[in-house]
Amino acid sequence: MMEIRIHGRGGQGSVTAAEILAQAAFKDGKFSQAFPAFGVERRGAPVQAFTRIADHKIRNRAQVYEPDIIIVQDSTLLEVVNVFAGLKPSGVAIINTAKAPGELKIAHTATVRTIDATKVAMDILGRPITNTTMIGAFSGATGAVSIDSIVTVIRERFSGKLADNNERAVREAYRQVGGK
Amino acid sequence: MADKLNESAVTEPSSSPATKTGAWRSQRPVVDLDKCIKCYICIDLCPEGAISALPEKGGVQVDYDYCKGCGICASECPQKAYTMAPEEK
Amino acid sequence: MMPRKTVVEGSMAVAEAVRLCRPQVISAYPITPQTHIVEDLSKMVADGELRCEFVNTESEFAAASVVLGASAAGVRTYTATTSQGLFLMFEVLYNIAGSRLPINLTCANRAVSAPINIWNDQQDSVSLRDAGWLQLYCEDAQEIHDFQPIAFKVAEDPRVRLPIMTMMDGFVLTHTYEPVELMDQELVDSYLPAYKPVVKLDVAHPLTFGAFAQPNTYHEIRYMLNRAVMGAKPKIAAAFKEFNETFGRDYAPFMEEYRSEDADVLVLSLGSVCGTIKDAVDELRTEGQKVGLVKLRMHRPLPKAELRKALDRASVVAVVEKDISMGQEGIIATDVKSAFAGHDGPTVLSYVAGLGGRDVPVPDVKKVFKEAAAWKGRQAPDDPIWLGLNTGIIPEVQ
Repeated sequence: MMEIRIHGRGGQGSVTAAEILAQAAFKDGKFSQAFPAFGVERRGAPVQAFTRIADHKIRNRAQVYEPDIIIVQDSTLLEVVNVFAGLKPSGVAIINTAKAPGELKIAHTATVRTIDATKVAMDILGRPITNTTMIGAFSGATGAVSIDSIVTVIRERFSGKLADNNERAVREAYRQVGGK
Repeated sequence: MADKLNESAVTEPSSSPATKTGAWRSQRPVVDLDKCIKCYICIDLCPEGAISALPEKGGVQVDYDYCKGCGICASECPQKAYTMAPEEK
Repeated sequence: MMPRKTVVEGSMAVAEAVRLCRPQVISAYPITPQTHIVEDLSKMVADGELRCEFVNTESEFAAASVVLGASAAGVRTYTATTSQGLFLMFEVLYNIAGSRLPINLTCANRAVSAPINIWNDQQDSVSLRDAGWLQLYCEDAQEIHDFQPIAFKVAEDPRVRLPIMTMMDGFVLTHTYEPVELMDQELVDSYLPAYKPVVKLDVAHPLTFGAFAQPNTYHEIRYMLNRAVMGAKPKIAAAFKEFNETFGRDYAPFMEEYRSEDADVLVLSLGSVCGTIKDAVDELRTEGQKVGLVKLRMHRPLPKAELRKALDRASVVAVVEKDISMGQEGIIATDVKSAFAGHDGPTVLSYVAGLGGRDVPVPDVKKVFKEAAAWKGRQAPDDPIWLGLNTGIIPEVQ
C-alpha cells in the first residue's frame, strides 16, 4: 500500500488534490482512499490531506503516520510545518519551489524532487493554484498514478477552458519532472 | 511536557497579540520609503494594525510578526510604494 | 448520472442511496460533520433529480418534528444529524418511536459537548439506544449506502412500524473518498416498493397519534413497543437476505465475524474502526496469534443469542467502543456482559477508545489483543480500561 501526504494551505485545493489522486488511482484499477486531516480550517492555514492507494481493499481508517510520499504545495510551509515527519527513509518528497533540491538544505534521506509549480500555474492557469500541477508532478516523479487517468478525472471535474488549462498544467508538470 | 488539564476543563481567554499571525503569510509587503508620502492610508486600512509610523522622520514600517500578507496596503497605496514579494527566503 | 462503480465521498454515498429510495419529505438542520449529506440532498432536490419536499428548519428539534408530522401523514421521510443535534431531537425521537413511525435517520457519529468536539465517537447514537429506534452501525461507505433501502424496508414493514437509525463515523466516513458500487434505481425500486402506511393522518378518517395513555394502558403500549423492537430481528434478517440476493452482496444481518472461528482472543467493536482492527488481526495472524474480530452491526434490538454464539469460543473478549456510560463502563461492553449473564462465557473486558476523534491506529489495536490475552481465566475488572490515555496531562485527584 502506498500512503501519500499532501501539505498545503487552506484554499490551495490540497483536499481536492487528494481526491483527484484517489479517483485517478481507481481508474488505474487500484483501490484508494482520500481524506483531509479533519478539522477547523481557514484560508491560509497549513492543512494536510491524505491518499492511500493499494491493490486490495483499504480497510485502515487511522491517519497516515509514515507516508511514502509527501507533496508540498507551498514551500513557505517548510518553515512552519515539519513536512518530513514520519516520511519513510526511502520516501519521496515533491516540493513546489523555484529552488533546486540541494538549495533547500533538507536533512532527510528521502529523494527530493522540485518543480516551480507556481510558475506553471501562473503561466497556464493565471492563478497560483498549484494542486493540479503538483498532481502532474507526482505522476511524473513516481508513476504511481497514470497521467492519463489524472487527465480523465480532471476533465470529469472541470469543464470548458478550466478543463483544458488544468490538463495543460498537469501535462506540463509531468513533463518537467521527467514523466514518461 | 504539556501543561496539565484543569478539573473543570476551563480555558483562559487568549488575546490577539499572543497569536503571531505573520506565520500565515505567503507573500510580504515591502515598502519603498523614497516613494512614501506619509499619507498613512495603509496604517488606517491594515486589518491587523500591523503597520505603524516611523518615529521622527516619518514613513511606515510593517510588523512582520503579525502581517498576514493580505496585500491591502499594496493595493491601496496611492503612490504604489509597496511591492508584494514572495515569502520564501 | 454517476457511473455506478466510482470513488465518492461517504456523504454522497448516503445522499445518493437516499435519493434512490424516493423519500417524499426530508427535513434536516446542518451540523458538522453531517452537512455534506444534507447539502448533497438539497442540491439533488434543487436540480430536479429528487422529487421531494425539502423542509429547512430553525433547529434539529424542528426538523425531527417535521419528519414526525410528515411520517404520520403517511409519507416516506428521512433526516440526518449528529451529536448535539441528535440530543436536541431527544424528546421528539422518543415520541417518534412511541408513535410507531418508520422514519429513517442517518447519524454521522460525533462526540458530545462539553467540551465542544466535532470529531468522531459514538457517544451520541449509543445514548439513544433505549428509545425504541432500530440501530445499525456501518464500517464503510458501501455499507452506509446499501443500508438505506434496507432501513426503509424494515422500518416500513407493517409488522415492524419502527423508526431506524443508521450510523456512520463522522469525518472518517462522511468526509472520506473511497470506491463505492452505487445501486441501480430499477433494482432499488424492485427491492423497496412505495410506502403503504397502516395508519395515517387523514381528515376523512380522523386518528390521533401519540394520544394520552393512562396507567391502565401505558404499561401495555410500552410492552408492545419493546415487543416490536425484539420482533424486528427476524424481519431485519429477512431484509438483509433479500438485499443480498437482489444486489449480489454478502451481509450477515447482526454481526460480521472476521477470522473468529478458532480465535482465542476476540475484539468486539462497531463502526469504521473495525477496518483498522481487521488489518491488526491479519498482522497478528501472520505472527501465529489466534485472534479475530466480531463486528457488531445491529445494536438494537440486541442480538443476545447470536452474541453468545459468536463470542463463546474465545477465552477473552475485549469490547472496544467509542463511548462510555459515566460512572459505569463502555455501554456495548455492558450489553455483551448481559448476554452472558447466567451463562458460562469468556472474560469480557471493557475498552474505552477514540473519544473525540482520538485516532486508533493498528499498533494500539495490537496492544489491546496482547493485553487482553493476559486476562485469560481471570475475572474482568469492574472499571473500564482506557485505550491511549495520555496520563501526563491529567491532574491528580483533588
